[in-house]
Amino acid sequence: MTPILLTWPDIAIAASLIVLDGVLSLALRLTLHRQLVWAATRMVVQLVLIGFVLRAVFALGSPLATLGVVLVMTAIAGREVAARPQHRLGRLGNYAVGAGAVSLATFLTLMLALTTAIRPSPWYDPRYAIPLAGIVLGNVMNGASLALDSLLGGVVRERAAIEAQLALGATFLQAMRGPIRESVRRALLPLINQMSAAGIITLPGIMTGQILAGMDPMEAAKYQILLMFLLAGGSGLGSVIVVYLAARRLTDDRQRLRLDRLTARGKGPVR
Amino acid sequence: MNPAQSGDRLRLAGLRSSLAGPFDLSVEAGECIAISGASGSGKSLFLRMIADLDPAQGQAWLDGRPRAGFPAPEWRRQVVYNAAEPGWWSDQVADHFSAVAAAFARGAAPRIGLAPELLDAQVARLSTGERQRLGLLRALALDSPVLLLDEPTGALDEDSTARVEAVLRERLEAGVAIVMVTHSPAQAERLGRRRFRMQDGGLVAA
Repeated sequence: MTPILLTWPDIAIAASLIVLDGVLSLALRLTLHRQLVWAATRMVVQLVLIGFVLRAVFALGSPLATLGVVLVMTAIAGREVAARPQHRLGRLGNYAVGAGAVSLATFLTLMLALTTAIRPSPWYDPRYAIPLAGIVLGNVMNGASLALDSLLGGVVRERAAIEAQLALGATFLQAMRGPIRESVRRALLPLINQMSAAGIITLPGIMTGQILAGMDPMEAAKYQILLMFLLAGGSGLGSVIVVYLAARRLTDDRQRLRLDRLTARGKGPVR
Repeated sequence: MNPAQSGDRLRLAGLRSSLAGPFDLSVEAGECIAISGASGSGKSLFLRMIADLDPAQGQAWLDGRPRAGFPAPEWRRQVVYNAAEPGWWSDQVADHFSAVAAAFARGAAPRIGLAPELLDAQVARLSTGERQRLGLLRALALDSPVLLLDEPTGALDEDSTARVEAVLRERLEAGVAIVMVTHSPAQAERLGRRRFRMQDGGLVAA
């Protein structure tokens, strides 16, 4: 079965739904119509552009071009992780831990997928490597940004509790156990929800896409299951790595809690 | 701990940060130093610097051994800082005590006017004074040679204060060195062999 290919007029008809939203916004005075048009325009331009870029990269089939695209995607994901939290680690620490966690977690997950379950030939085939990297990156980014936000907020809120343990002779990692555990837990909850709801409440995006593209539903389900495992692993790795990288920057060679290395967004140092 | 041991239990030389100091101080075994001073004058900072909780320059020795020779957690287990408001890292009081510490605390609780059952309570249900005394028990349970006490009886009534002081006096007799921040001149008089006032980040004899 071949997929039904869309024509531009098909898409233009669907775009009338955005116009409907715009009319709603005007009628109900939601003052959302500008944002709506802007977001829809961005979406179209971004997706068409990435369509062209991917077409070119697929045609090239070069490992360097593939790596380049994945690196750009990783850098953007790392930046998102860094930007989300209310608190900032000094010396661009958020960017360092965000980029470190996102790239390491994605790399490990992707390597596992490309060398075991999905074995395209060559293994760096952009048709597999780039979409896989994208979906793993997106989830690692979510997990890592939740974890980092939770950890940095947690150490500020739990300062007295952490320092009480240090004062009684605990090591820094022992004293940080509570905030670390809480951060990783928070990062993993969305994925647990996603897996529990998969197939019952929502038909996951990948599966939907592959069924629309003509794949047998059972085969599409197997793909989705594999991806869910990859995403769970990626999020877990990403959040654990970001939390330990950030924790290391919150202490020093004498295992103190160094909140002076943290600034609250738009305010000054924490202490 | 040997009460007969002579010499300095705790010695500080040129201990300073950008906020306070430099401090030079020697505390003998069994000696209590009482420090008073306005809020924000650097009293807590001073204690935190001794415990190595805040970065500082200068030197500190415990029984002649330099601080740099101790791993930081080991130093803090020997030179124990007890904050004015103890921190809690779990909902249950019991989670804050090891088995050994809990046994000590159950025995010592009645002596400072606490029911031993409080060790099975929830932290949120404790009064300020109960928290302060449980925090102190947690620190005393380590049986450390040096205690850095930040207003240890600040939230207590007269009777409880006298009970806590009796326990501290016993520790002093056993050779423990205490550096104590207190707002009560009477307490400084009762416990402090030497008394200082913190002024603009420096110690002045009082």
